[in-house]
Amino acid sequence: MFIKKSWISKLSILLLISLLIFSFTACSNKANETTEEPKQVTEENNTPEDNTAGDKEITLATTTSVNDSGLMDYLTPMFEKETGYTLDVVSQGTGQALQTGRDGNADVLLIHAKADEEKFVEEGYGLERVEIMYNYFVIVGPSDNPAKIAEGDTAADGFKKIADTKSTFVSRGDESGTHKKELKIWEANSIKPEGDWYMSAGKGMGDVLQMASEEGAYTITDKATYLSMKDKLELDIIVGESDDLMNQYTVIQANPDKLEGINKEGADAYLKWITSDEVLAKIGEFGKEEYGDALFSINYQGK
Amino acid sequence: MNQILTSLIEALKLITSLDREVYMIILLSLIVSISSTTIAALGAIPTGIFIGSREFKGKKILVRLINTFMGIPPVVAGLVVYMILSRKGPLGFLDILFTPVAMIIAQVLIIFPIVTGLIISAVKSKVKIIWETGKGIGLGDGKILRLLFHECRYPIISAIIAGYGRAISEVGAITLVGGNIQFRTRVMTTAIVLETGKGNFDIALALGIILLSISFVINYFAHHIQEKR
Repeated sequence: MFIKKSWISKLSILLLISLLIFSFTACSNKANETTEEPKQVTEENNTPEDNTAGDKEITLATTTSVNDSGLMDYLTPMFEKETGYTLDVVSQGTGQALQTGRDGNADVLLIHAKADEEKFVEEGYGLERVEIMYNYFVIVGPSDNPAKIAEGDTAADGFKKIADTKSTFVSRGDESGTHKKELKIWEANSIKPEGDWYMSAGKGMGDVLQMASEEGAYTITDKATYLSMKDKLELDIIVGESDDLMNQYTVIQANPDKLEGINKEGADAYLKWITSDEVLAKIGEFGKEEYGDALFSINYQGK
Repeated sequence: MNQILTSLIEALKLITSLDREVYMIILLSLIVSISSTTIAALGAIPTGIFIGSREFKGKKILVRLINTFMGIPPVVAGLVVYMILSRKGPLGFLDILFTPVAMIIAQVLIIFPIVTGLIISAVKSKVKIIWETGKGIGLGDGKILRLLFHECRYPIISAIIAGYGRAISEVGAITLVGGNIQFRTRVMTTAIVLETGKGNFDIALALGIILLSISFVINYFAHHIQEKR
C-alpha cells in the first residue's frame, strides 16, 4: 500500500511539473504573439493596396455532391495558395445553399439546379449564371433489374418501367439538385410518384444509396457519389449517359448591390481563377486516377 | 427577430392547417417515443429496483456500466441497431430496417440505461431506511418491496419523463435506422433537419415550436402529478 501511495504522489508531482512547464511555454508564446501583433498591423496600414483589397476571406456555398466528390478539397488549397484568399466552403443541399445566398451569407455559389438558379438571379440575389462543367446523373438499381430496364433506355423510359412494375424507388426527397432532377423526369412522364413502392427519404445522397442497397431499390444519383461508394453497395448502373440525365454545374456570384457585406473582389477573383484554362483542365482530369473515369466535363463558354 | 416571429405564425398555421402530413409526423413522433419509453420503463423499473436495493457480486461494475451507457451518443446506438438490422446483419431477415419498429428499438437502447440509472440512485437513497422500518414493524420481504416502490414512485416518474424527453428530442439514431421516409418514418426531429437542409427555416422552427409545446404539456402534467402528493 505504502509503495503504491508513494508512486502515486511521485506521479502527481511529475504531472504537476509538466503542467507548470506547459503553462509557462504557453504564456511565453502568448507574450510573443502580443508583441508581434502591433507590428503586423502597422505593416498592413502602410501598404495602400491592402486597404483597397479589403477582406481576404471568401465564403463559397456549394452542394453536397460537389463537396462529397472531393473536388472542393482538391481545388481549395490550390486557390488559396495562388491568390492569397482564404476560402470557406459551406457544403449544403441546393435549397439550403440558395437560402444561404439569399441571406447574404455566401459570396459565391457553386450549384446545379437551373430553374432555381435562374430564379435566384432574376430576384436580384445573384449576378449572372456562369456554366462551368457538367456530368451525368445515373440511375442505379439491383443487378437483377426487376423493372427490366433495357440498355439504351432513356431515364424517362426507365422511370416509366419502374412505376409500371411498382419496383421500389428511393427518392432523396430533400429538394436537392438531384431530387429536382428526379422530379423533372417523373413530370416528363406525367407520372405522379406515389404509393408503397416510392420512398421519399429526405436524406443525403450517400444515405439514400445505402437505403436503396438495403432495400434492393432503384434510385437516381450523381455518378461521383455512386463511384466513391460502389464497393459497399449492391447496386449497378442501369441507365448511364442518357441526354435527360445531364447535370450542369454553375457558379453564381452574390449580388453586392442587393446584399450587404458581400466580398465582391474575392468573388471576382474566384470566378476568374476557376475559369482559367489551367484550372478548367484540372477539373476535367479530376477523378481519372481514383475512379478510372473523369467525374466532370468542362463546358465553360467564356464570359 | 423577424424570422422568429414569422416562424411563430408559421407554427400556428401548421397546427391549424389540418395538413395530413404534419399530423402524421406529429403522431408518429408520439407513437415512437411513447412506445420506446413504455418498453424501456417496463424493463427499467424492475431492473432499477433490483440493482438499487440489493447487494451482489459485480454490482459496482454493473452500475458503472449503466452510468456509462446513460451517456451513449444516439448515433452510436443507431449505428449498432442499423448494423444488426441491416440485410447483412444477424437480424436482417426480419426486414424491419427503415420502419418505426427499428426506431423504437434504437430509442429503447438509448433511454433504458438513463431510466434504469436514475431509478437505481433513487432506490439506493431510500432502501436502507425503508428496509429497517419495514423489518421493525415486522413486514415481509414482498411487502417491503412494495413499500419501497411506493416510496420511490415520484423519482421513478421523473426518471421516465427524463427518458421520454430524451426519446422525443432524439434525431441521430432514428435518422439512421428509420431513414426519414415520408409518410412512414418521418418524425418531428428528422423533419426539422430536412426542412433546415432545404433552407425552409420558417417551417423548421415552426416544427421546433410544436415539439417544445408538446414537451411543455407533458412536463406540466408530470409536475402536476408530483405536486399532488
